[in-house]
Amino acid sequence: MKHRWSGAGIGVVIALALLIAFGGIRYDGFLGSYNILTVLRYNSMFALVGLGMCFVIMTGGIDLSVGSVAAMASVVSAYLSPYGLLPGLLGGVGAGLVAGTLSGLIITKLKILPFIATLAVMLAASGTGLLLANNQSVAVSYDSAFTTLGQGNLLAAFKPEWIDGDNAGWMGTALGLFFNFPTPAWIALVAYIVGSVVLNARPFGRHVLAVGGGEEASRLMGLPTDRTVFAVYLISGGLAGLAGVILAAQFGAGQPIEGIGWELFAIASVVVGGTLLTGGKGSVFTTLAGVLLLGLIFTILNFENGMGWISLSAYWQSVVRGAFLLVVVILQSRLARTAPA
Amino acid sequence: MSLDSSTTVATGGTAGLRPPGGAPPATGFRIGLAARRLGALIALAVLILLNLAITPHFATMQTLSVNLTQICTIVIVGVGMTLVIATGGIDLSVGSLMAISGALAPGFFTGALFHGGNLYVNIGFGIVIPVMVAGLFGLFNGWLVSSFRIQPIIATLILFIAGRGIAQVWTNGDLQVFKAPEFQAIALGHVLGVPFQVWIMLVFVIAAAWMLRKTVFGRQLLAVGGNEPAARLAGVPVKRVKRLVYVISGLCSGVAGLIVIAMNSAADANLIGMGVELDAIAAVAVGGTLLSGGRATVVGTLIGALIIQLVRYTLLANGVPDAAALIAKAALIVLAVWLQRQERA
Repeated sequence: MKHRWSGAGIGVVIALALLIAFGGIRYDGFLGSYNILTVLRYNSMFALVGLGMCFVIMTGGIDLSVGSVAAMASVVSAYLSPYGLLPGLLGGVGAGLVAGTLSGLIITKLKILPFIATLAVMLAASGTGLLLANNQSVAVSYDSAFTTLGQGNLLAAFKPEWIDGDNAGWMGTALGLFFNFPTPAWIALVAYIVGSVVLNARPFGRHVLAVGGGEEASRLMGLPTDRTVFAVYLISGGLAGLAGVILAAQFGAGQPIEGIGWELFAIASVVVGGTLLTGGKGSVFTTLAGVLLLGLIFTILNFENGMGWISLSAYWQSVVRGAFLLVVVILQSRLARTAPA
Repeated sequence: MSLDSSTTVATGGTAGLRPPGGAPPATGFRIGLAARRLGALIALAVLILLNLAITPHFATMQTLSVNLTQICTIVIVGVGMTLVIATGGIDLSVGSLMAISGALAPGFFTGALFHGGNLYVNIGFGIVIPVMVAGLFGLFNGWLVSSFRIQPIIATLILFIAGRGIAQVWTNGDLQVFKAPEFQAIALGHVLGVPFQVWIMLVFVIAAAWMLRKTVFGRQLLAVGGNEPAARLAGVPVKRVKRLVYVISGLCSGVAGLIVIAMNSAADANLIGMGVELDAIAAVAVGGTLLSGGRATVVGTLIGALIIQLVRYTLLANGVPDAAALIAKAALIVLAVWLQRQERA
């Protein structure tokens, strides 16, 4: 397990760098701090969901429930938001953990394929969210600090005055990025660092990869396969819940019908990030690169329209994303065939 | 009436689905499958009896029509999905292909895009061309799966994402409203008191059940799903079989897309076929087809869809909110798949 960065994994990082360079050269303001921070703030939800999905996929499973779990969690946290930041946060994450527990139990105890099990949990979570919210969106309280989880900048209070000055220079820009770094992006960043440590330096990470490489063999070796599988769905549920909290905090409402298609977007990010869907291999940070890559396509499309040369409707973004996914999987299938197993 | 015909096919189709490669002993297998089929039928019968007892106005032609039209597109897509799943694959792109076909069709049958000179020629184009285009996209899926050996879930995820975008770009996201009674007859017309779309659904189910049971292709398809390397060694043209099932799934989606727009008198690329892939997969799983491939029952998919729909109808007709019905549906799927596991074990 020496190479953590597969060929495709390096590929996605290079592609991301090229895309950023392209945008930076072509569009004014693309690399401006406002744009960077907006992209990061918006995509942090998808990054969290993608991280959970990455762990699930490394065990050879799949979690279709993440979108509706996030929607349900956003409703729960919106209801709890008047009581403060912490109750809202814990409530949303808790709702996600409950859904993850359910998926994990159905898969490990009833021995039902992850695809079907999480499909059922997806329906159940979506039904629960709609029931709780009475089929409407639930307004978040702005009196508590809850909305800072989505709209705030964690370190803004410590920002020295001179940074926003006119002649702050590049040093000021860099520090400005740091102090204006959005709270949800901090949350996602911490989650990825923890995820990476867990995957690479903890026994659990080895178990995840071993189960994905061969569940029966891992069981025979005496690894706690059921516990490992259960844990990844718990993690995925919890992170989807956290994404739901950020969703509610960022847009000011718990939204029971949001999250449609998030699961497939997350799977696409993981695959673009070079993690094999067959399990047993994967990397956390290339998944992040995959999320940003697919997210940036939307931003680039907006900037391109802003140039006024062409007018591409927002609908093109899904066509471009699909085409991107196509190129990546074809390259991966070529790499997989030429590289020794 | 149409229920009767489907159950006849159900019992008729049981014997045909022998294991590919003949792994388990034939008799035990046949009993197992019969029990499973019977279990689904019993569940369906119980639901119908329950409704006769508690739901007002259940035993009417209108109730039958409502419930059958609710499942038509799911079953038609489910037929293709059953065949894909039988080969060990999955097709997530069906909803997007429905959107493509539904978005393309109005331009032809209204004559706005291309005028064939005669209304019926236009309608002919409006049916054939969109279905063919959906079939071609299906071929693209099959090509990715067979020639590049990309996992089906990823290969079809590409068109799941891009396909709806293509339909939206084609229509610019606009709603296309039309009034074309001659075309809309495919969904709204009645034959012998039963909606025409139900007849279409039955034709698809019967044709696919016959194909699985009686044709070489049907056997090859199950063989590929049961044990691909063995099938290859036995001379089954694995790549061709795989390509073909995705084409069939695409064609089924194309037809389903046309039925949806005919029902709505409008084509909305943003909404046609949204989420249908999961409904179809749920129907396939509840119907008793193995999700890992190698064993399939098309009639089971019809029964599975009927069970899911009837549970929902029972709850809604008795005042349970739709959201709670979703939770019941989730429990039903888990229960059905778990019971099937118990029977196999």
